Amino acid sequence: MTDTPAIELRKINKSFGPVHANKDIDLLVKKGSIHGIIGENGAGKSTLMSILYGFYQADRGDILVDGKIASVPDSKTAISLGIGMVHQHFMLVDNFSVLENVILGAEGGSRLAGGVEAARKELKRLEQDYDLKVDPDALIGDLPVGLQQRVEILKALFRGADILILDEPTGVLTPAEADHLFRILEVLKNEGKTVLLITHKLREIMAITDTVSVMRRGEMVATRKTAETSMEELAELMVGRSVLLRVDKKPAQPREKVLVVDGLNVTDSRGVNVVKDVSLEVRAGEIVGIAGVSGNGQSELLETLAGIREADRGTIEIDGETIDLARRKTDPAEMRRRNMGHVPEDRHRMGLVTSFAEYENAILGYHNDPKYSKGLFLDTAGIRAAATAEIEQYDIRPPNPLLRTANFSGGNQQKIVLAREIERDPMVLLVGQPTRGVDIGAIEFIHKRLIELRDAGKGILLVSVELDEIRSLADRVLVMFDGSIVGERAPDADEGELGLLMAGVHGETA
Amino acid sequence: MSSGQLPRWVNYGLIPALNLVAAFLVSGLVVLLIGENPLEAVEILLWGSLGFGEGIGFTLFNATNFIFTGLAVAVAFHAGLFNIGGEGQAYVGGLGVALACLMLDQYVPWWVTMPFAVIFGALFGAAWAFIPAWLQATRGSHIVITTIMFNFIGAALMGYLLVDVISKPGSMQPETRTFEDGGRLPLLDSFLPGDFFGTSQVNLSLIIALLCCVLVWALIWRTRLGYEIRTFGANPTAAVYAGISPVRIIIVTMLISGGLAGLMAINEIMGAQHRLLLEFVAGYGFVGIAVALMGRAHPVGIVLASILFGMLYQGGAELAFEKPAITRDMIVVIQGLVILFAGALEYMFRPALVQLFSFASTPSGNED
Repeated sequence: MTDTPAIELRKINKSFGPVHANKDIDLLVKKGSIHGIIGENGAGKSTLMSILYGFYQADRGDILVDGKIASVPDSKTAISLGIGMVHQHFMLVDNFSVLENVILGAEGGSRLAGGVEAARKELKRLEQDYDLKVDPDALIGDLPVGLQQRVEILKALFRGADILILDEPTGVLTPAEADHLFRILEVLKNEGKTVLLITHKLREIMAITDTVSVMRRGEMVATRKTAETSMEELAELMVGRSVLLRVDKKPAQPREKVLVVDGLNVTDSRGVNVVKDVSLEVRAGEIVGIAGVSGNGQSELLETLAGIREADRGTIEIDGETIDLARRKTDPAEMRRRNMGHVPEDRHRMGLVTSFAEYENAILGYHNDPKYSKGLFLDTAGIRAAATAEIEQYDIRPPNPLLRTANFSGGNQQKIVLAREIERDPMVLLVGQPTRGVDIGAIEFIHKRLIELRDAGKGILLVSVELDEIRSLADRVLVMFDGSIVGERAPDADEGELGLLMAGVHGETA
Repeated sequence: MSSGQLPRWVNYGLIPALNLVAAFLVSGLVVLLIGENPLEAVEILLWGSLGFGEGIGFTLFNATNFIFTGLAVAVAFHAGLFNIGGEGQAYVGGLGVALACLMLDQYVPWWVTMPFAVIFGALFGAAWAFIPAWLQATRGSHIVITTIMFNFIGAALMGYLLVDVISKPGSMQPETRTFEDGGRLPLLDSFLPGDFFGTSQVNLSLIIALLCCVLVWALIWRTRLGYEIRTFGANPTAAVYAGISPVRIIIVTMLISGGLAGLMAINEIMGAQHRLLLEFVAGYGFVGIAVALMGRAHPVGIVLASILFGMLYQGGAELAFEKPAITRDMIVVIQGLVILFAGALEYMFRPALVQLFSFASTPSGNED
């Protein structure tokens, strides 16, 4: 192996209007290594990679591939230079087969048949070389996200990529799938490929990379050998100050039950029984965490409790009344009237209307509350004032209630949702993935707020696929697997034991 | 990361203006091609639509129709619904207006008839929108398809009624009897000294249309229902999360939309024709889509776009009259070009402007 770096970036600059997204970025990526780039949301990681992959043009600066200065005007050129990219949001056609997706854009001639056969052989070879098993004839839409991502990697390899960029690859993966991905990356590295891993998760950097570069506010602030650094150092570099990775909290003082779920069963639109006989209770003054690999019914459970999804059977007791879900539909407005708040898992799809001004999102779901109305009309001035107060209390930046919500960063958007739900003083708060895609500073803030709400005597049901988050926030941990709750543990239970439960190995009977 | 934000005045002022200029440039080329002087054509068009009282009257009369149908399309837009059925809803709304006038005109003055005509017109238009709305809300039948179909069904229904049921007894004409004074809205001229608007029939409906603009603005941006409509239009999943019923919003929005389309008949039937006749909508329902697009689904924009289209209709007629080489069909071409640039190619100039403005607003301190 020569010492020529696979990729060298020299003084890359890129601005979007007034935002200087990349400032004088230098980067050296060694051939045959896994190089991590870490930074908070909005640090400029994705912009940098988009420049490398030809989506954006740098305003100034040079890109060197294999020691030669290269201009990358579009992704086609990037591919021909041997650069492949796996996007955060997959670029796959759902109703095409794996094989069809892999050859998309590289069909090889106007007649499909020849290309398909050649591709099938090549795919088989790649599968064997890199241990990337996927059924080439399966439909993409039928595959779990972990496998879809594998198809993206295959796609890049099929096009002859030597340098693979992965943008936040584990954001959509379950922990088990993420582990599998890491094993694949190891294999790729051993085969001489170069991997660039973009992430904001410290664990992943520590687990898999050889070298790590840290970005902060558009600048490359440090590059370290992974073996010679620590999570604490990286975290400090990312935010420019040291952060609390552990949550400070007093022991919980649970009181009366505020939410009791009994025998809940939910069937999804495909007719699959996704929540099976779930019973649980949440007491005032405690956080109950639901751990589990994503896709095991947690999302559906949360949506059903919030009144969004219909249940087949089961009762919930809230606000001193038992509701039989089999007999009637609940609706989210009713659950809100019963003092239940809901921070949904996906703030973009569900929790916010991103094209609205911030203050309009501050009343989403509560717009029928009489205090927001003046006669026939909405009390716009009053709503703006309330939103301004929340912005101040939750340190939402920029502090402008008239700004379009899409223009806030992920962490600040999440704070908008959180402020809205917490400030209505709910008795029960359902929280899904509160810190997904949120930077460290905001994570700390959000965790603190949830603990404060608990200490104010409210009940919180927390769903998260980040086991660390569950363990540091929850007072009791329920593990969900395949739609059922398979066990309850204390948050300080052995990680291995929780992992086994999450993997479906029942600990109760053993 | 900035996704290319533009100042409001660019979005709502400059882009529509540029689209319009482009449309007129291409129109000018077409006029050149057939050997006429485009500048002269523009002059005639402007003079014909704004140069004298009667011209202004016709322009405003046309604009009144466009305001109603444009508002109808705009309200549905806000809920993410594409109501192509304004044509049919206005047509059936005409039946409601005519029935109110036929029942009352011989007994009461116009100002008693008017509220009934307004209510009947809106109700009938809304009723015609109800079935597509209901199908969309509960069965998922696409509203674009169903509303288009309902235009044809509406036309057939009205044809049948006008030929066989409500036509004037003893007449072969497919139209109702002419209303008495109690079924006629006063012309604006009757409130003004002199005879400013000449033979044009701009009438009280213009005031009703402007009132509807204010009501629509208040509804969409200031009421809970409007908030729900906009939420549903922008993000249906978030709407469900917020406890907003999609079925209710789709149906209510389409009823309002259909009702507004139906009100167009107030201007045409009660204000001008004074009888119900075949095909009186004459495409105003369809052009309402372009008006709503160009007016950015905002009442102020819709008024401006309506005046523009009113000018095109009136000035175009004048142009065809003055310049025999420029036929009626040419006018349709020009109108088509405006619709093309303002509607279909709405965002053609946007990327260039985004670049221009992001370049212009780069902080000067970073230059070296």
